[in-house]
Amino acid sequence: MYVELENINKYFKEFQAARDISFNIRQGILAALLGPSGSGKTTILRMIAGLEHPDSGDIFIDGTRVNEVEAGRRGIGFVFQNYALFRYMNVFDNIAFGLSVKKERPAAIKSRVSELLELIGMEGMEKRYPAQLSGGQKQREAFARALAPNPKLLLLDEPFAAIDAKVRRELRIWLRDMIRRLGITSIFVTHDQDEAIEVADEIIVANNGRIEQKGSPEDLYKSPATPFVASFIGESALLENYRVLKGFESETRGFSGAVRPEFVKIFTGEETIQYENSVEDAAVERIAFRGAFLEVVLNIKGMTFPTRYSLEKTPIAAGDRVRALVYRLYAFDGDRAFLLHNRNLDNSGAGNIYNI
Amino acid sequence: MKRLLPPDAASGARRPSRHFEDTGETMRRKAGSRIIPGFGVSLGITMTFISMIVLIPMSFLALQTSSLGWSGFWSAALDPRVLAGYEVSFLCSLTAALINCLFGVILAWVLTRYKFPGRRIMDGLIELPFALPTAVAGIALTAICSDKGWIGGALAPLDIKLAYTRAGIVIALTFITLPFTVRTIQPVLERLDRVYEEAGLMLGASRERVFRKIIFPEITPAILTGFGLAFARGLGEYGSVVFIAGNMPFKTEIAPLLIMSKLEQFNYGEATAVALVMLLVSSVVMFFINCVQSRASSFIKE
Ligand SMILES: Nc1ncnc2c1ncn2[C@@H]1O[C@H](COP(=O)(O)OP(=O)(O)OP(=O)(O)O)[C@@H](O)[C@H]1O
Ligand SMILES: [Mg+2]
Repeated sequence: MYVELENINKYFKEFQAARDISFNIRQGILAALLGPSGSGKTTILRMIAGLEHPDSGDIFIDGTRVNEVEAGRRGIGFVFQNYALFRYMNVFDNIAFGLSVKKERPAAIKSRVSELLELIGMEGMEKRYPAQLSGGQKQREAFARALAPNPKLLLLDEPFAAIDAKVRRELRIWLRDMIRRLGITSIFVTHDQDEAIEVADEIIVANNGRIEQKGSPEDLYKSPATPFVASFIGESALLENYRVLKGFESETRGFSGAVRPEFVKIFTGEETIQYENSVEDAAVERIAFRGAFLEVVLNIKGMTFPTRYSLEKTPIAAGDRVRALVYRLYAFDGDRAFLLHNRNLDNSGAGNIYNI
Repeated sequence: MKRLLPPDAASGARRPSRHFEDTGETMRRKAGSRIIPGFGVSLGITMTFISMIVLIPMSFLALQTSSLGWSGFWSAALDPRVLAGYEVSFLCSLTAALINCLFGVILAWVLTRYKFPGRRIMDGLIELPFALPTAVAGIALTAICSDKGWIGGALAPLDIKLAYTRAGIVIALTFITLPFTVRTIQPVLERLDRVYEEAGLMLGASRERVFRKIIFPEITPAILTGFGLAFARGLGEYGSVVFIAGNMPFKTEIAPLLIMSKLEQFNYGEATAVALVMLLVSSVVMFFINCVQSRASSFIKE
């Protein structure tokens, strides 16, 4: 493992910002640290960087314990949220800063800086000051400055937060490709799940100073380990008591749960239904046009189920009574989440639910 | 090596448009200075205010001096004793302002960066030289620095004299002008985001280098302003200096004292001649400081 955190705790006075945090990241991985505001993402990143010190626990980078190693000697490049470019230095001097600190020869500095300028596509802008650059250019300059001394690990705190929404998507794809190409192990902080899903190889979900789950974007989406991850990643609706639903009556794990839109299928009167014993009566509460599909909100036994409905099928309207099949859901038991399948479906021999 | 094009370099259409971007920049800057509407009115107020407070008294000075005629003016302004007075005033003010730049930075740093018991009291004490009538300050400093005082007494066996020497004048001026440098640097340090220091540290710089290369440029304009204010105030300072200076002609006689004594003899023409020279020289110094300062901060106003 390249970066390892073991039982990290951090207090700000009485407030505990990190609670027994342990995770690790393999070499060459681009990981996202995802969580809502105040969940402790920045604090974790700053502890890895050495800008903040844990009250207990160990941090290892490349097999070495770095708790007592100074920030500047951990071999880490850090891209700050608002870039923190030095206002009184031009692009060249900003990027060269980490190199001149190392007392590199001027010629070596010059060639490294031009190499980086080419990498970020900002040749010819050496003489500009941060105030003369666009948001995206500043971000790329900060990226180049962090990369200049050849760090082994790159940390980025909300690298896209200060950028205009339109440029943000292009820039994050650019950054992802760049990091993959350089092969540098990187961790970036974000509170935007789309960003994490699109950019990261691996996502670490933080909440309330804890790590909820670590896994690939697909893992997190398909099998959330905790109620928080189930509701934070992707679209879902909470259920107060899922055990009243047909096919889930004999379950024993907790009562509350969550469903995703794709876990529910709507039937109108005309189709022949194979699974009569598991279909629920549902009322159409609301319908919204979403372009390629309709977003339909159903009410089943007093609970709300958002789902999707194809435009190709028999039209339905708000107030209609339809029938619906809930073939999967997440059950919450304490702080764990479990994926449950509709038992009637399995028993009826319906076989592969994907054929529905 | 194939380069991945960054977003706005990739869309070729945006590259040649740098020209237009610049125009946008200029227009935005113009709009920015119009936040308070009514440029005409505010300019009028500014001009009237400056005329009443500064220009009218100054032209009165010039008028008074003109009663001497050219030869009278030159002999009054360039009298050897007066020349020595300028020298004492300028050198002592300059020294005091420089000392205060150094200590202003240190004090402002300590007051903004550290929490310690008594910090608030110390912060309040900075303004004391302003609150105290200057004559009181002068008497107190003289008492401390004279041969019988705490400091003067301790230094007397070492044959170091403070009271009635130029060192004494510098001490008085340093005391009086300290708030100028501390109070101009302090808010800049308070506002300066720690993230710049952290960025420097992450890049492997030592604390000393971070201060020299990152923090110092940020506070340079404030140091210059503080220096200018302290220097100008030092030139005009009279009350606190006369007691400690001893006022020996050619040695510790400051220019404002010469002006005062000429006024006491109803020698208005000569008094204003000396004043006019002081005014001209300090205007040149202030103008120079302003130029340096606007150069120092020109990158970020772009
Ligand atoms: N220096 C500090 N002193 C006291 N409390 C702090 C400090 N830094 C962070 N905290 C607290 O620790 C918690 C976690 O903060 P952190 O900045 O790590 O959150 P975050 O996940 O990065 O949030 P955001 O997405 O808003 O940036 C917050 O409740 C915050 O108030
Ligand atoms: Mg944060």
